[in-house]
Amino acid sequence: MIKRSFFKSRTLPYLLIFPQVAVTLTFFYWPAFQGIIQSFLLSDPFGRRSQFVWFYNYVELFTDPLYLKSILTTFIFSIAVAFVSISLGLFIAAMANRAIRAKAVTRTLLIWPYAVAPAISGIMWLFLLHPSYGIVALGIKNWLGIDWNPVLYGRDAMAMIVMASAWKQVSYNFVFFMAGMQAVPKSLIEAAAIDGAGPFKRFWFISFPLLSPTFFFLTVMNIIYSFFETFGIIHTVTQGGPGGSTNILVYKVYQDGFVGLNLGSSAAQSVILMSLIIVITFLQFKFVEKKVQYGG
Amino acid sequence: MKPLKLCMLFMIVACLAIPASVFAEPLTINWWHAMRGPRGDLVEHMIGEFNASQSEYKVVGTNKGNYDETMNAGVAAFRAKKQPHVLQVFEVGTQTMMLSGAIYPVYKLMKDTKIDVDWSRYLQAVLSYYMNADGNLMSMPFNSSTPVMYYNVDMFAKAGVAPLSKTDPITWDELGEITKKIVDAGIAPAGMVTAWQSWTQIENYSAIHNIPFASKANGYEGLDCELKINNPQVVKHITRLKSWADDNRFMYGGQKYQGPSAEFVAQNAAIYIDSISAIAKLKKSANDFKWDAAPLPVEAGTIKPQNSIIGGASLWVLNGHSKKEYKGVAAFLKFMASNEMQEYWHKGSGYFPITVDAYDSLKSKGYYDAEPLQEVGISQLNRAIPTKISRGLRLGYFVQIRNIINEELEQVWNGKKSPQDALNDAVSRSNDQLRTFEKTYK
Repeated sequence: MIKRSFFKSRTLPYLLIFPQVAVTLTFFYWPAFQGIIQSFLLSDPFGRRSQFVWFYNYVELFTDPLYLKSILTTFIFSIAVAFVSISLGLFIAAMANRAIRAKAVTRTLLIWPYAVAPAISGIMWLFLLHPSYGIVALGIKNWLGIDWNPVLYGRDAMAMIVMASAWKQVSYNFVFFMAGMQAVPKSLIEAAAIDGAGPFKRFWFISFPLLSPTFFFLTVMNIIYSFFETFGIIHTVTQGGPGGSTNILVYKVYQDGFVGLNLGSSAAQSVILMSLIIVITFLQFKFVEKKVQYGG
Repeated sequence: MKPLKLCMLFMIVACLAIPASVFAEPLTINWWHAMRGPRGDLVEHMIGEFNASQSEYKVVGTNKGNYDETMNAGVAAFRAKKQPHVLQVFEVGTQTMMLSGAIYPVYKLMKDTKIDVDWSRYLQAVLSYYMNADGNLMSMPFNSSTPVMYYNVDMFAKAGVAPLSKTDPITWDELGEITKKIVDAGIAPAGMVTAWQSWTQIENYSAIHNIPFASKANGYEGLDCELKINNPQVVKHITRLKSWADDNRFMYGGQKYQGPSAEFVAQNAAIYIDSISAIAKLKKSANDFKWDAAPLPVEAGTIKPQNSIIGGASLWVLNGHSKKEYKGVAAFLKFMASNEMQEYWHKGSGYFPITVDAYDSLKSKGYYDAEPLQEVGISQLNRAIPTKISRGLRLGYFVQIRNIINEELEQVWNGKKSPQDALNDAVSRSNDQLRTFEKTYK
């Protein structure tokens, strides 16, 4: 028998969950609801006139080839960021886990970049990779002979913001992988070692499958990060350019809504962005999570 | 009970005291602006001068961030009915402000408060940007600038090119020859860079050559206007720049001013097109070489080039305040347009003085003999009476349109689109924005 505790009063439980519900309603559902309503309106910024236009804002967006391109850009960007930052995070964690000397110091130093604000990270990478004054950029141009110019070429700009965004996230992933590796039972690894498995095989056949919950969690987190939090990097480094090649959805929402004051279109874009994230997360839970092994 | 009583007593006293103090104090006029750093200090000084000049009103200036943030702060405050009296809005927000229904037009304010202003004594190319179709002034010009061409005098000398005139523009063909000499001789890696490409290379190019940027007199005469920038002249100009980009006579340095400015300062380019307000910045950073300014080039065969158009911001008076306060606002705006204030502002910031009187007064004091650079922009702006095409641009969602133009031009520079295709796309995409804007205000 499971022991159940219950409330004698019928109102007390409601009272207890009230603050939580109130906060969620005010700060999440209310603005989201407002956003959905706004997306069906054409209104001037001063709120003196607005008209209900059904799906006009959505139709305008989906008939704009550049908006569709922006969705594609966002996917390319977030997959690239997630891939680079997760694989690097995993690699570094695997290495640091085997560090023999100065373990604590190594780990602490590796976590540091996470404390850097995205905008600052963007500026630093810009200093390195700017075609005119970036030190690394000069190296790329002079030694590799590549015509590196993120101010002009979309491909280079994309590479630059992926690097700036992924770099910051590597630390975050590192922390989780590190924790995950510590949780892998030593006995399994030792048993494998006795059976003659080398470090790589031990990692690949034992640690890696046992890290799958961490892996799954980080994929979700990294995708969300690259969808939203990279705003600061885009804003400081490329402003969506050149030629709209780094104009990810969240930046376009800002451009159209905050700078351009087209509230209806901006709200519609937010709703689309929100739906995209919900769908992606849902798909991840539905299909990817099945392959995740939570038990040890 | 005692502490409670004491507390209540205190509150009653406080309630009585506050209105009493309001009567004694001058009326507060709030001005939200986007001026920071050295410009912010100038603004504070001017406000201080006004407050010291009289005792009826007290202007309080508040910086609300950059232009976008200031406009958003104004919008949010208006929606919450807490709007300031005066709001500084950048030039691209003019149409939105004008149609907002939230404003008290400046010409009307001056009329209602019986302040006599001789608008003909203002710089017409500045005023015309903020006038409605009937020629009435909607907002008070504050900081206005126009693009000019900076050039590296040392590099010109090395290439054997004489310094340029400060009043008579050279032609684009001549510029092409100069940049060719400089690049071919290896004096600089690139010929020219330009800041704010939409503003300098399309908006001003069109105005100077009296080519419509948009139909309906550049949008002044109706919301149903359409962009016209895919006309043969502009296409030809962009094609020329693209061909220069291919042989390094033109280098693309980014949408805003930071990139291009850095290229000029680092002597990677011999010519730099940017606003006259860049003079102060260049004076600080470009010390390794001699540089000078000249008017923007014109097409060969242009007999009488038109005025260039301005950029910057103006002061909008917002609705919803008392008559008494508006009297104060009018007095403040008049004070700001006085010679003394305009001369101070122009000298400190490099932005234009908005009246002819202030300009003449500076001239008579010999200011322009000492600072000839400062006159380049003004004479370019004043060289002709603004036509319906060169007086300015009045477009909805102008921010988005500039973004579109930037995007399309970048695709020209990196070779993804031909100039004609890019400008066609810019027009059709901008027209979509204009239609949405029109629908919003119908």
